[in-house]
Amino acid sequence: MNANPLIEAEAVSPEAAFATPGQRVWRRFVRNRLNVAASGVVVALAVISLVFGIASMAKIPFPSDPNATSLESKLRPPSAAHWMGTDQLGRDVFSRVLHGSYISLTVGFVAVGVALGIGTVVGAISGYCGKWVDQVLMRAVDALMCFPTFFLILTAVALLGPSLWNIVIVIGLVSWTGTARLVRAEFLTLREMEYVRAARALGQRAPAIVFRHILPNAAAPIFVTAVLGIPGAILTEAGLSFLGLGVQPPQATWGSIISDAKTYILDAWWLIAFPGAAILIATLAFFLVGDGLRQSISTQTERK
Amino acid sequence: MIPFLLRRLGITVVLLFVISLISFFIVTLAPGSPYPWGDLNPKIDEKVKEAYRKKFHLDRPLIEQYGFIMGDLFTGKLRSMKDERPVLERIGERLPATLMLNGASLAFALSFGLLWGVFSARRAGSWTDGTSTFLAFLCLSMPEFLLAYAVVILCVHQFAVPILGLRSYGIEFPNALSAGLDMTWHILVPAIVLAIGSAAAQSRFVRANVLETLREDYIRTARAKGLAEDVVFLKHALRNSVRPLITGIGGLLPALLGGAVVVESIFAYPGLGRLGYDAVTERDYPTLVAINFIIATLVLLGNLISDVLYAVVDPRVRLE
Repeated sequence: MNANPLIEAEAVSPEAAFATPGQRVWRRFVRNRLNVAASGVVVALAVISLVFGIASMAKIPFPSDPNATSLESKLRPPSAAHWMGTDQLGRDVFSRVLHGSYISLTVGFVAVGVALGIGTVVGAISGYCGKWVDQVLMRAVDALMCFPTFFLILTAVALLGPSLWNIVIVIGLVSWTGTARLVRAEFLTLREMEYVRAARALGQRAPAIVFRHILPNAAAPIFVTAVLGIPGAILTEAGLSFLGLGVQPPQATWGSIISDAKTYILDAWWLIAFPGAAILIATLAFFLVGDGLRQSISTQTERK
Repeated sequence: MIPFLLRRLGITVVLLFVISLISFFIVTLAPGSPYPWGDLNPKIDEKVKEAYRKKFHLDRPLIEQYGFIMGDLFTGKLRSMKDERPVLERIGERLPATLMLNGASLAFALSFGLLWGVFSARRAGSWTDGTSTFLAFLCLSMPEFLLAYAVVILCVHQFAVPILGLRSYGIEFPNALSAGLDMTWHILVPAIVLAIGSAAAQSRFVRANVLETLREDYIRTARAKGLAEDVVFLKHALRNSVRPLITGIGGLLPALLGGAVVVESIFAYPGLGRLGYDAVTERDYPTLVAINFIIATLVLLGNLISDVLYAVVDPRVRLE
């Protein structure tokens, strides 16, 4: 019979026996080097987008002006002066990729934040109240889940007018359904727990029970879905940008650099390769971190 | 079985109503006007505007507009603001192409995802599994437009194979067979590009399912009585872990239909996604409402079918 390492119990070292659950999750997460590398990439991306987000909004030309055109040096391949080459207007692709980074990360974090907020509230109400409230809310979730998300977002963003905050809010408003279902499922099991019944018997009010007793115990899986939602939001923004419905020019975004390069795709590979790699690396890093967290946490619950 | 079907049908009707509300209000609550000539064009006479508003019921309150649009949609009288052709006709001529593209994608995502996930689960914990996990996330992270461009460049530029549109132009096909093969090729390539992400997601789902089943007691029993690992795996574990996949269809369809907007526009594929994109840019409200409504209804029907299938396979679901 094949030994399956995933099913075998882990060897428990003496100090691990005294670790808190959080520490054990952390140790399990760090043991996988891919998780560590992906977390490093996420931190690096966060720093880059913070630095260049400020530079972009304050119009500081660092490392060079991302919007400075120069028609005599247009469509140049990567060189020492332009690390990622120049685009059809002679703009430096390297600085455009850097200055576009904060758009993707902002959309990822804020849209997921909005979705998390709505999803948690709806899921908590639905799971805690039960009965007809649960029926009504869950049917609404079912209906929303029938819509092809990307097309719904595309419709709303196009009609509202494409701007960073419209995109963030629309993505958030459309993608909370998964979180709501998850929170509801967690609440359905947790509300039957003895400590919740004890709290109710002591005369605690519903909000206190929900926020102080149930929600903290559901925090881990909610956090994991949030992290796994970020890459989806980044990809949606890139898709919108590609269709010309992202943040409007002259602001560079990863999707719009590729979109602008459509005509030159056969001659200027660097216009597509570098921003494309940026999108790929960012989404991959968030996916790997989220999946690593999910695994570290789920092994945790299994052993309880 | 009958009470289950009735209850499920009742829910579907309610959902259909909610879907119609969402698809109407998401379009009409947006600011801006649907006039084809723009808001501030001074050359347009007030009377012309008035007539236009009357024609598309824009002078009525929103609730009545909703009634008119849905009523017209169901009787087939709803007309596009763009060319004033019936909306159902415009959608109808795109529907077969869309169904073929998304059907092929769904089939590919499900079958390839199943094989991939089973392959991964069979080697769980090994470096093969690690690599395949990494590859799955790489496929999930790949923006559709990037992959589509790579494929178009490769096929058209390197191999000089035409893949844009629904058929090769400038070629006379000697018989129906070669024309059909040509069309199959034109559907298959964008379908696979569209499905890669969903297939990867599906493979993760299958892998988790199989691994969960492998922890069951009856698997231990099967191993204990000395069955070969392959028999345990294929005959006992796989059969029970594949069942939840039927419900996975409902999750895949919206992603595929939504992603089709980008893929269709790159492959110049004459499907609903591109019609929808054009309707968005032209602010063609009736077409937009109709497309959102019809696509969501397709997904709803897919869910209904998969739920009923599930209840046929697993009797426990019927009592709930």
